[in-house]
Amino acid sequence: MPGIITMDDLTNEEIISILDDAERLLPVARGEIYLPLLQGRILGNLFFEPSTRTRMSFETAMKRLGGDVVNLGDVKTSSVVKGETLFDTIQMVDGYTDIIAMRHPRQGAAQYASDSARVPIMNGGDGAGHHPTQTMLDLFTIRKSHGTLEGLNVVLAGDLRYGRTVHSLSHALVRFGCNVTFASPDSLRMPEEIVNDLRAHGGDVVETTELLNQIDTADVIYMTRIQKERFPDDDEYTKVAGAYKLHARDLDGAKPEMIIMHPLPRVDEIHPSVDATRHAAYFEQAFNGVVARMSLMCWLLGVTVPEDINSAGGVL
Amino acid sequence: MSQEANMRRVTAIKNGTVIDHVPAGKALSVLKMLGIGGNMSNPVSLVMNVPSKKMGGKDIIKVEDRELTQNELDRLALVAPDASVAIIRAYTVAEKLEINLTQEVKNVARCTFSNCITTNHREPLPHRLVVTKRDPLELRCRYCGKTQDIEGLVDNLL
Repeated sequence: MPGIITMDDLTNEEIISILDDAERLLPVARGEIYLPLLQGRILGNLFFEPSTRTRMSFETAMKRLGGDVVNLGDVKTSSVVKGETLFDTIQMVDGYTDIIAMRHPRQGAAQYASDSARVPIMNGGDGAGHHPTQTMLDLFTIRKSHGTLEGLNVVLAGDLRYGRTVHSLSHALVRFGCNVTFASPDSLRMPEEIVNDLRAHGGDVVETTELLNQIDTADVIYMTRIQKERFPDDDEYTKVAGAYKLHARDLDGAKPEMIIMHPLPRVDEIHPSVDATRHAAYFEQAFNGVVARMSLMCWLLGVTVPEDINSAGGVL
Repeated sequence: MSQEANMRRVTAIKNGTVIDHVPAGKALSVLKMLGIGGNMSNPVSLVMNVPSKKMGGKDIIKVEDRELTQNELDRLALVAPDASVAIIRAYTVAEKLEINLTQEVKNVARCTFSNCITTNHREPLPHRLVVTKRDPLELRCRYCGKTQDIEGLVDNLL
């Protein structure tokens, strides 16, 4: 059954169509209209790794559309701890549900699950691999702000080596003809394999260690968290991570419509002073996770999102 | 040095398989890939690093009294995709076989990436490596997508 494991599973036309559906579903995501398009459907939430936003937004998305959710629960108390293989876990959950959202610490787990399952699998992160549903909400956020996905100057900053959200996103941005700049410390550069792939696909990709001098020309700055444990000691972390922080005062020369995004949680890479600026888009971005996943689940389950949501749905 | 001189380094075999044009230094990997080791009684001869017009240097392997199957030979595509293989019967070449590099190498070797889901030996699905480039050979794991370290694959043979 087709699922969404990497962004390669969707054509540009399909991405646009899913984003269009998501746009129409906004009042449903906000709880203003009740539209049970997925009534009777069950989502299996299989999070083998901690997750707050991804898990909750999948759950909210299914419930807003009238469906229900079953959770794997804490991995420490599930059959996984008894040594059950992923294959066996999937066989079980496949029988209980109509669609599965999954996060797993091992890379390739989502494709493996998809090859084992009859229901569609949505990859919510596999090791340092892919996170395509995050990419869909990121694209939704970018398009909502700029009215297009094409030809934008996008800066991805911070931990580009281990951050799976930026791996999936950079693939999609290149496909839409964006100019992508990677700003990161040397030790956390975008994996060479990904940079080569992007260039092979005609991507205009620039790598730099400087973030602040990118601000004035950017349409989007996508920040990620640099984790302390990636560095040998605290001093090294403080020295390096300091160059990848944004403060409101850094944004004076920014284009008015430039947006700052972050997959969250943030620690101190975006100073709270940025929250009050017109550039802060990260909380809206987190909300958009619900509507993007609603739209994606409808698409994967073959459910058409009505053109006129207002007349199709009931008022809550 | 002539072709005959190379072949005379080891005696002609009566029945069996000759694998020629193995890249220089790869003969031991080839034996490993074919599961040929100390556990079999057939005579096996090999010459390494002999001059070759086509390749500069090459290795040659002769396995007596055993006709390798196409399936076994296709495994060699990982280390010796251009090797030529002859089945010998009564001192003459009875058949010439080609090594086929298929689009996907299934259940030959385990992915070389340490955090791949397939590193759990109990997971039952087949190990699948997809050929993404032929020259030079590049394979990626179907599951984790990582480009494979070809030398590492020889250590990860199933």
